[in-house]
Amino acid sequence: MIDIYIMGKRYQVPEGLTILTAMEYCGYRMIRGCGCRAGFCGACATVYNFKNDSQLKFDLACQKTVEPDMYLTQIPFFPAVKAQYDLEETEATGEQMLLLYPKLATCFGCNTCTKTCPQELEVMWFMSDALRGDVREVANKSFDCVMCGLCAARCPQGLVPYNIGLLGRRLYGRYLAPTSQHLEDRISEIAAGKFDAELAELEQASEDELRWRYAERDIEPAYTD
Amino acid sequence: MYPTHMEETIRKVEATRGKRLKETFARLNDTDKTALLEKFHPDFLTEDMRKLVVGPNKGELTPKEMADTLEGNSRLDPDKIDLSRVDYDVDVLVVGCGGAGASAALLAQENGANVLMVTKLRLGDANTVGAQAGTQAADRPEDSPAIHYLDTIGGGRFANDPALVEALVKDAPSVIKWLETLGVNWDKNPDASMHELSGGGASRLRLHSARDYTGLEEMRVLRDEIKNRNINYLEFAPAIELILDDQGQIAGAVLVNLETNELIMVRAKTVILATGGMGRLHIQGFATTNHYGATADGLVLAYRAGAKLVFIDTMQYHPTGAAYPIQILGQLVTEKVRTLGAQLVNREGEQFINPLEPRDVVASANIRECQERNLGIKTPTGEIGVWLDSPMIDRLRGAGTIARELPAMVRQFRRFNIDITREPMLVYPTLHYQNGGIKIDPSGATGIPGLFAAGESAGGIHGRNRLIGNSTLDIFVFGRRAGQAAAEYAKQMKPGAPTLDHVRKWQAELKAAAIAELRPASPLLLPNYARQPYDYLSDYARQTLTAGQIKLA
Repeated sequence: MIDIYIMGKRYQVPEGLTILTAMEYCGYRMIRGCGCRAGFCGACATVYNFKNDSQLKFDLACQKTVEPDMYLTQIPFFPAVKAQYDLEETEATGEQMLLLYPKLATCFGCNTCTKTCPQELEVMWFMSDALRGDVREVANKSFDCVMCGLCAARCPQGLVPYNIGLLGRRLYGRYLAPTSQHLEDRISEIAAGKFDAELAELEQASEDELRWRYAERDIEPAYTD
Repeated sequence: MYPTHMEETIRKVEATRGKRLKETFARLNDTDKTALLEKFHPDFLTEDMRKLVVGPNKGELTPKEMADTLEGNSRLDPDKIDLSRVDYDVDVLVVGCGGAGASAALLAQENGANVLMVTKLRLGDANTVGAQAGTQAADRPEDSPAIHYLDTIGGGRFANDPALVEALVKDAPSVIKWLETLGVNWDKNPDASMHELSGGGASRLRLHSARDYTGLEEMRVLRDEIKNRNINYLEFAPAIELILDDQGQIAGAVLVNLETNELIMVRAKTVILATGGMGRLHIQGFATTNHYGATADGLVLAYRAGAKLVFIDTMQYHPTGAAYPIQILGQLVTEKVRTLGAQLVNREGEQFINPLEPRDVVASANIRECQERNLGIKTPTGEIGVWLDSPMIDRLRGAGTIARELPAMVRQFRRFNIDITREPMLVYPTLHYQNGGIKIDPSGATGIPGLFAAGESAGGIHGRNRLIGNSTLDIFVFGRRAGQAAAEYAKQMKPGAPTLDHVRKWQAELKAAAIAELRPASPLLLPNYARQPYDYLSDYARQTLTAGQIKLA
């Protein structure tokens, strides 16, 4: 058993629990601060330090294992700015990003956001990509963001990197990603009824017929050398 | 880094890699597949199931945990509810806010409806965000909606509703396009074509992915769009009962504020249930990949109101849940790992199943390897599993593939000092998906006028087993269809007088069957994982101590 402290109060928990399961072990029933329980939703952003080390550290409660003498607290909600926009009326430019998030220009490069990110993303670098108008790199560097909000909670300038990353990705997907012609073609073919007869035939087929066709269908190799 | 005894079997896995590079494990024929499923798939363990004794599916088998929930007691006393009090009055109420609920809300609003979304946790907290591998759509010239249809229906053991599968495969390419127009970043090849991968039970490369964060990427974008369009939403406010009217039509829902226990009354011309699945019921004691709120609420509400459910005797056990380390027990190891070339091997480093069989088949083979053949690997905490040999991916596709295609998996295991580019992952089946659900038609309509369902809470699309990438497809296909249909329905329906008589009738049925006292309150809303270290307290003291927290019963 190890000692941990939840909002200052001491509890003893077995080793090997995550922060989330340790809190549940202590009798907490989560309402806020708990979502997918698998590291994807960002609901369980947690701040901690240690009894003898005041330096604040950050992580996701469902992924981080508890350590002896951890002092824990969660950030179940943090107010953050989100620009409202009509994606169809925007442009994939740095000017556009600055227009929607004018405080972007006040970033002074302290890098606290990067140090805070539980996904270990290069947050400050995609913020500077945003300032330079490199929308593609904003999308690329921010891609693995689970939007837990810790970067915004820590930014001394009140910036919201996770929402700026999201804007960059949406602009990239809508305007800069190359068009896949085969997708456009297939949508037109379906609209023109090209597959209707074949589908109708399959829907009428007996189970035996379907079983036979399924067993005999050719399977494309999963990869080629 | 693994314990020594596990490291020893990893040496055997490493020793067979050269041989396995050239080895394709034969796919099972129909007879062998059926035999494997019947002996090892949890769906066939009928001693863990029982027949429902009340409701529209009376007499049908379902797992005991699901039966208890479906036959649960209402959390409301209808006699104490004032239905004349109306907190919100809308055209379309969407319950649940994952991929299906979000699509439904967007389409309902586009079609002129006044929409309210309500959700148990936060906007977007849903199984959608945990979906990693990809979304199926037959859009390559080598592929067609008909081939997608055959793959889907074969994977579903030929039980799927044909009309729903037709809708699924025909809408699929448009869904991919719709998501891209909203700003979803699909993985693409240098020639601008979609970068598509194979998947278990799919006979073509058909999975559209966004690294291994596909569902997260889809959900982030839809959530942002809902905020951009000012669609009203309430968080931490799950529905605990539907309201009908004296004509038998839907009339709204009763919600509860999870933090204050206050009831919220919503009058609505239509309701779309998009509440997802049941993983947190831990069917047959399995660990689950599902998010915290996955407790089958929509099924409970619909069932109590008289809607028919389908395929409630079949759940999906994802073949590869993490079995080590204990901190991530049961969490998803995406099928994309197998899609990219990782093989499943036993303690001796030998393959025992083709890794791209449908999920029910692979899960059964994993269970057989650990149980009957005793060739699994035990962990220090007594879990058992087989190796998913991820390093094969870089051997097959070149160094750097794993890092590029599976950043979430690399990150998750790196936390525990396991480098999946060099070491395999230990896996065992985990409760993943509710194959069945509320019976719908291709517009998402249920048997109750004005009640629609979409996403995992709906059933029939996937028959008895869903394929990879067909869930992050169906949530959008049927979410969009339900949203549009609900908006149209709301324009012409004539509301009657609201009533909770169906709840009175339900409680009378439970009483008549002498089970009211035996069943829990439902929907469950949230699982209770809090250890109760204060067992010496009186009931009164415990109630006092937990005041302000949600009441379970």
